[in-house]
Amino acid sequence: MADIAAPSSIATMGDRRSSLHKLMQRKSTIAFLMALPLILLILILVAYPAGYAVYLATLNKGMTRFVGFGNFEFLFGRDTFWLVVYQSCLFAITAVIFKAIIGFVVAHFVHNIPSKGQRKWRGMLLVPWVIPPAMSTLAWLWLFDPSYSAINYLLAPLGIDRIPWTGEAGWARFSVILVNVWIGAPFFMIMYLAALKSVPDQLYEAAAIDGATWWQRIWYVTLPMMRNIIAITALFSLIVTFANFDIVRVLTAGGPLNSTHIFGTWAFRVGIEGGDIPLGASVSLFMVPILAVAAAFILRDITKRGSEV
Amino acid sequence: MANTAVADASVRPAYGSMSRDRRWALRWSYFFLVLFAIFFLMPPIYMLITSLKTSQEISAAGNPWWIYNPTLANYAELLTQNHYLIFFRNSAVVSVCVVAVTMLISVIAAFALARMKFWGSATLATGVFMTYLIPETLLFIPLFKMFAWVNDTFGIQLMNHWWTLIILYPTLTVPFCTWIMIGYFASIPKELDEAALIDGATWTQTLTKIFIPVALPGIIAATIFAFTVSWAQFLYPLAFTTSTTELVLPVGIITTLIKGDVFNWGQIMTGALLGAAPPLIIYAFLMDYYIAGLTAGATKG
Repeated sequence: MADIAAPSSIATMGDRRSSLHKLMQRKSTIAFLMALPLILLILILVAYPAGYAVYLATLNKGMTRFVGFGNFEFLFGRDTFWLVVYQSCLFAITAVIFKAIIGFVVAHFVHNIPSKGQRKWRGMLLVPWVIPPAMSTLAWLWLFDPSYSAINYLLAPLGIDRIPWTGEAGWARFSVILVNVWIGAPFFMIMYLAALKSVPDQLYEAAAIDGATWWQRIWYVTLPMMRNIIAITALFSLIVTFANFDIVRVLTAGGPLNSTHIFGTWAFRVGIEGGDIPLGASVSLFMVPILAVAAAFILRDITKRGSEV
Repeated sequence: MANTAVADASVRPAYGSMSRDRRWALRWSYFFLVLFAIFFLMPPIYMLITSLKTSQEISAAGNPWWIYNPTLANYAELLTQNHYLIFFRNSAVVSVCVVAVTMLISVIAAFALARMKFWGSATLATGVFMTYLIPETLLFIPLFKMFAWVNDTFGIQLMNHWWTLIILYPTLTVPFCTWIMIGYFASIPKELDEAALIDGATWTQTLTKIFIPVALPGIIAATIFAFTVSWAQFLYPLAFTTSTTELVLPVGIITTLIKGDVFNWGQIMTGALLGAAPPLIIYAFLMDYYIAGLTAGATKG
């Protein structure tokens, strides 16, 4: 069916230009040319820099000498590096778990109410996801302000003393996770809501006839039906949270005393602000293993679903 | 379907109390939804409250959640200030250009990948998706060095220009938009374009006359995605632009309104709120497309 597109080139002209012409008219050639901007973009601005990062990581600070694994050895010997590893994993895992739970619960509540009002609630609850993270984190920074904290003002009548939201290692970590959850939970909510709508009502009716309690219905009907969406949303979110930059940068800039630095922010501090590009590249490369594992799982899910279709 | 009903719903004899259970489940749902809505909307509302206060009131010891002397002074001051308008213009120009470039590249490429199979097209489709998973935090340092190399070799200074962002942002938007569009295009029945080809349409005509109109919801969703991503991007402008005339909004607000340790919170909140306005307005009017774009990445394909 496809070659109908190139009927004019069938004419046998005999000269060299016509074979080139014919090649240009071939469907696969046209298709390749159409995809070429995409291919070039990916190669030049994504694939090449990714490979270049590996090369950069093997140079010395002045980028004049090859040092092999020198940068990595240096990093392994530094406490800050292990702190960054610990914090990146801590933030990503905790935040994703809470995002998933809150998203699931909120999606259920929205799903419960009459469908007439669902649109309105869904619209309101997605707002944190829509605001650019750098801007909403500024609002959190102001809510957490050491002297004028509006949250502490609300907590004061409950007998809770001033909380140093961004001033103390433990609380600063908590704040970073809280803001992450605040921004990410609505995304989970939307994904789960879409998945909830696709669970057939008959399954719930059958479960109700069998005398299932509400949590049995969730455990044996809802969760298995949504397993795929839950997995892929969590993996996406894990990647995004793990590789996050905006929130930590604006909220704490890594402080106090590096206790909230993650790979992205520390690589920026070391590589751009500290002027040690190879070391910064080495730091950011440590994100690759975890990203690769998450990406492999997502890819497996996608190819699986692709073959089902 | 009161699956979140309170626990005693199962204890009580189910007969006859069904509607009452359901009513309670509904009440609880509303109660918790209100709680969550308060949590989710607290920061933007507090932005609005702060933006309407004078600096004296902000630093006073009163109730921070109440405005005693509402004023628009922060807005007036910010919108007459040159810097802020430049940031806004830079952001707008960059975002619009990025959206245009993104849609051009991704719609055409998605059409080729979804319909006109060529050698390696399946691998490329997967590869496009993988690129979406590579975060910008991994790429900014090698890009930084590459730009220095471009400057040394060709004499083109890419650093510290807002238009550099137009080159960079498509790496964040194109993969996902292509991915969405492949999904939408693949869902168009093959009979449709076969009919067009039989009628003598060229590939270009098939694309513009059939695929783009039919997949318009997908295109709108992808456009919104591209716009919000480029409007919100923070790391690249922070790493690659420094002069106040070259900054875009998110970085501009943070670097110019915060002077040393002096936080002019009234203006910062006003700036952040105005900066958040374009995505919010688009979202308010095109919510369904916005959500379609969000869920497309994981449910399609």
